[in-house]
Order: sequence, then structure tokens, then C-alpha cells
Amino acid sequence: MFATGAGRKQVAFATEGVTEMTAGAKGANYMFPMCRTVVDVGAEEGRGMKTDAEGKAVDFAGNEKCAAGAGSFAEAMSRALQMTLKEFGEASLKSDKSIPMNAQCTVFAESEVVSLIHSSTPKNDIAKAVLDAVASRVCAMVRRVGIEGEVVLIGGMVHNAGFVQSLKTAMGVDAVSLPDMPEYISALGCALIAAERQH
Amino acid sequence: MSAPNKYPTESLKLWGKAKQLREQYYQNYATAKEKGGLRWSGSAWALDAVPAGLGDDVYSLTGEPYAAAVAHDRKFAKECMDAAESVGFARDLCSYMRIYWGGMHLDKYLYGGKFPKPDFIFQTQICCSHSKWYQHVAKVEQVPQFYVDVGVGPYKDMNKDRLDYVTNQLLDGIEFLEKSTGRKFDDEKFLKAVKNEMRSTSRWADICALNKAKPAPLDEKTMYSLYVLATLSKSSQWCADFYDELYDEVKDRVARGIAAVPNEKARMMSDTQPPWSFLKIFRYLETYGAVSIGSLYTFALEGIWEDKPDGSWGGRTLPWEKGIEMNTREQIARLYADWNLSKPQWQHFFDPRLKTEMMLRIVREWQVDGVMLHLNRGCEGLSMGIMENRGGIAKAGVPIMTFEGNMGDEREFDEVRTQARVDAFMEQLGLRRQAA
Repeated sequence: MFATGAGRKQVAFATEGVTEMTAGAKGANYMFPMCRTVVDVGAEEGRGMKTDAEGKAVDFAGNEKCAAGAGSFAEAMSRALQMTLKEFGEASLKSDKSIPMNAQCTVFAESEVVSLIHSSTPKNDIAKAVLDAVASRVCAMVRRVGIEGEVVLIGGMVHNAGFVQSLKTAMGVDAVSLPDMPEYISALGCALIAAERQH
Repeated sequence: MSAPNKYPTESLKLWGKAKQLREQYYQNYATAKEKGGLRWSGSAWALDAVPAGLGDDVYSLTGEPYAAAVAHDRKFAKECMDAAESVGFARDLCSYMRIYWGGMHLDKYLYGGKFPKPDFIFQTQICCSHSKWYQHVAKVEQVPQFYVDVGVGPYKDMNKDRLDYVTNQLLDGIEFLEKSTGRKFDDEKFLKAVKNEMRSTSRWADICALNKAKPAPLDEKTMYSLYVLATLSKSSQWCADFYDELYDEVKDRVARGIAAVPNEKARMMSDTQPPWSFLKIFRYLETYGAVSIGSLYTFALEGIWEDKPDGSWGGRTLPWEKGIEMNTREQIARLYADWNLSKPQWQHFFDPRLKTEMMLRIVREWQVDGVMLHLNRGCEGLSMGIMENRGGIAKAGVPIMTFEGNMGDEREFDEVRTQARVDAFMEQLGLRRQAA
């Protein structure tokens, strides 16, 4: 029995563990064999992995004690705008404005959002500003490992259409491949690794 | 069932002596006044052979290793940083500096009693914190201060004017010391201290070079407790003599194939000061069979190196072994300045590419399999350019990972997250945890 994820060591019945980086790279490469760059943005962490043709992570980078490059940041900002996450992503797509957010920290960014609300900035523009900021931070992490080949986004933020668009723009790529059930790609990768080790 | 060890291992015989010397150093500083001696404070990079010319009863407190020792005592470290922050200093300043300042403001010394007041400050300036740190100390303690600006560019571009600039400051420093203390400067003691420092720093490099052996005779966690003696008092006789003894012991370990980590399968290199209260991260590496063989930081914060005729890196040849004489104060000061300006760990302040080159050299010569960079929020000086280093090392095809933390402020280190990073990196290198 193999486990992956931040809580893998708490799975008492698992006999082995695989990190999210290794599992995510494997799963993404399995779904998209030409994938060489994996972007994983979930609630708690954003990370970028470079993978080889076999789906082995050969380099990775992730955010540290900071939520600004992760889904929880978008969630907090959507709450500040009194929108659901789905509404938040869709609203972002309706904006063509580019409002830079100076704060790199969730706490301070929320203050900026409040200021934008008070200055009567349309919600669509604020939503885009927030998602552009998250994408910018994620993109900076991914650039550390280099952007090569097909880019695949996994993790819960795949469901946020506004973020996907912001990420494409930030990375300067025409397309980002999106798997079905993106939250389970790392679990898929973990299962594949478990199967390989059985043989 | 536990994994069988590949190599024999044994404790370092000189471990106890290193600890004893370290403790004695801090006691000497605290009790200097009882013996009529002098106390001075400055950084581990201060050119400490100069104050040694004032006499054998002159004791220093070097700020960084002191703060690192405090950092290991997490409760007291927090107390010190809180004290510095309550004075109004920002939390993102050098954590060593905040710890030192905090202890001074609290008037509490890690080794008991009140924080000992220095008689003067003698300091080098390679980073902003180094000068601001002791300006504040001098202001609070109301003691005289002297600074040597060593920012003359990389050693590869050294010329007469640059060397004159630093040499002349050392000569001015001697005048400052005489005026400040009322003591006459003794050139014989100065010469002896310079020679001791050259011996200490060259020998430490030789010791680190022995770690090219497989298995590595030393692991970096152990090396921290050994290199620290040079950060305390590199110009002392006891430090130079200790490193000679240590060299013999490590050489013997290499000859007998004694490993620091008996299950050595892969060799790591780190960078910058580690998070001192979480050194167990190095033991965690060992559960994968990975040994950290050192770093540019451990090798060259105090080690002085040179290119050897065979192209390898080793301890710099002592001037007198090359027939170079030091007869006058000016000659001593000039050679001493030249020696220190060649310090590898100073070079990256001028160009991060120089550091990348040295790190890649370590990768090649020490047969390193992976590099772990500590993005150290506590030290702007040594973290400067570190992402440039990451880029250069990755471009060379060397596996590399980064983790964030702080050498002295545990609030900025996430142990679980760092372990997760290490897990992922070990997987990347094809290593799996071995049964204990």
C-alpha cells in the first residue's frame, strides 16, 4: 500500500510513501506523454516540476511558508469579494484590465483587495488582478526549473478557468493541458509507482 | 531488519577537545577582566591577529558563532530576538545581529551572568549588517570602534592599490588600538598571530580536502563543530595546533576507510549557514544513505584555498614555506591582508558567478551527487545571489533543491515542509529511506 500527499506519513496502513512532486510528475506524464513541465496548484501549495520522458521528476520548486502562490489565496480573496470560487474564476475572464497587486502576502493582498473595492474597482477586474498575482508567483517558481515541452496543470486550481488563463499569459505559452479529475493525478502517479515497484 | 552498513565508522577522538576549547573561549571572554585582560568584539571575519598584538590577555567575542550557539537554545534565542524587536529593530534583519543585540539589551550571556561589555570593537565590513551591527553595540556600550573596509573586489582582480587600501587600514587600526587601550602594540605578537591564522585557515582547508575521499571521513554536521574554532579565534595558537591534530586524525580515518556515515550511498553539498536549531535535518539525510560532505560555507568561511599544481583545490601554501619573509609591521600587514582577501567566501559579494564556479568545483572534486541550497532569510550577505547559483548549478546538470529557513530565527523554518522537500529530492536521486 502506497500513500502520497502532505499527510502520507499519517496513513498508518501504508507501507511506503511517495512525495507529491514525484507522484504528480508521474501521473501528469502518464496522462500526457509529451509533458515535460508540470504545474501543481492545490489549496496549500503551488509547485513546478520538470519531468523526463518516463515521468520522473528531475527538478522541482515550490512555495514555502506562504499561501500567495496557492489555491487558498484565491479562496481567501474570493471570500473578500463575496463570491464563490467558480464565480470568481468566471468573473476574471470577463475582465481585460491588468491591475498589478503589490503585496506578495495573502494578508496584505487582502488589504489591497479591500482598497480596490473601496475605490469602486469592478469585481471582475479585482478577480483578474488576484488570479494574475497567483499565476505570477506560480510562474516564477516554474521558471526556476524551466518551462519545456508540453505544460500540464494539475491540482484543484484547474477548475478555476480564470486562473488557467492567467497562468497561460504569465508563462507565455499558447496552451496548458488540463486533465480530468486534476485533484487525483498525484494519486494516479502514486499508484503507477507502486505498480512499477511490484515488478 | 536494519540495512547492513557499507563502511566502518567510529567517533572522532578530538570531539571532546573541540568542545572543551569552545567552552573555554567563551569563559575566557567572560572572565577576562578578573585577570586584568581586555575584551573586544567583532565578527568571525574580523582580522583578529591585529588585536592579538596588544597582548596574550586579549579575548574576543565573535558575534556570529556566539549567536549560532544561542540559536541552538531556542528559548533564549527567542527571548533575545524579542528583546531586539522590542527596541524597534525589524524582524527581517540579520538574525545573528538581532540575537547579539537582544542579549546585550537583556544583559544576559548564554554562558551565565551578565552580557560582558567589550573594551572596543574591531570589525571588518563585507556586508551591511557587519558594520551596522557593531555601530549599535558601540553606541549602547559606549566603546570605541574601528572598521576595516575589505570591499575591494574579487581576489582575481587584486592589484597594488587595492591591497594598499586594506593594508593601510590595518596599520591605522594598530594606531587605533594603541590609542583606545593605552597599550603598546607588540609586532612580535602580531607576527605570531598572523602566522597562527595562516596555519589555522590553510590547515582547515586541508582537512576539508580530505573529505574528497569515499567514504567521507567527516559529515557536515560534525564539521560545524570543528570549523567553528576558526570562527572564534583563528589567530590563536590553540586553534592552529588543534587543526594540526585534527588533520592527522582525519587523515588516519581516510587511510583506514572510516566513514562519517556508514551507509554512505550519495554525497550532498549544502550552502549558507544551516538552521542551527534544526541540524537534525542532516541526520534525516542519513536515513537515505546521504552524507553532506560540506559546502563552500563550511570549507571557505574560514578556510583559505589555492589551486594546486595538479589542478585540485587545497589549503593555501604558507608564505614562509615559499621563502616569503615578514620582517616589518608593513610586510606582516600586507601579507595578512592579501591572505584574507583571497578568502573564497568573500568572493561572491562581488559576483555570484564566482561562487557558482567554486560550488561546481566542489561538486566535481568531492564527487557530489546533489546540492541543497538553504535560502537563508537570516543572512542577506550569504544568501545574496543564491538563486543565480541555483541557476548555474542546474544548468551544469547537477541535481539541486532549495529550502527556506533562517539560521537563527526558527520562526522562519518549517521542519515538516523541509523534510518533505528532502524526501522529494531523495526520490529524484533514486534514494529510498533505509531501515534504522
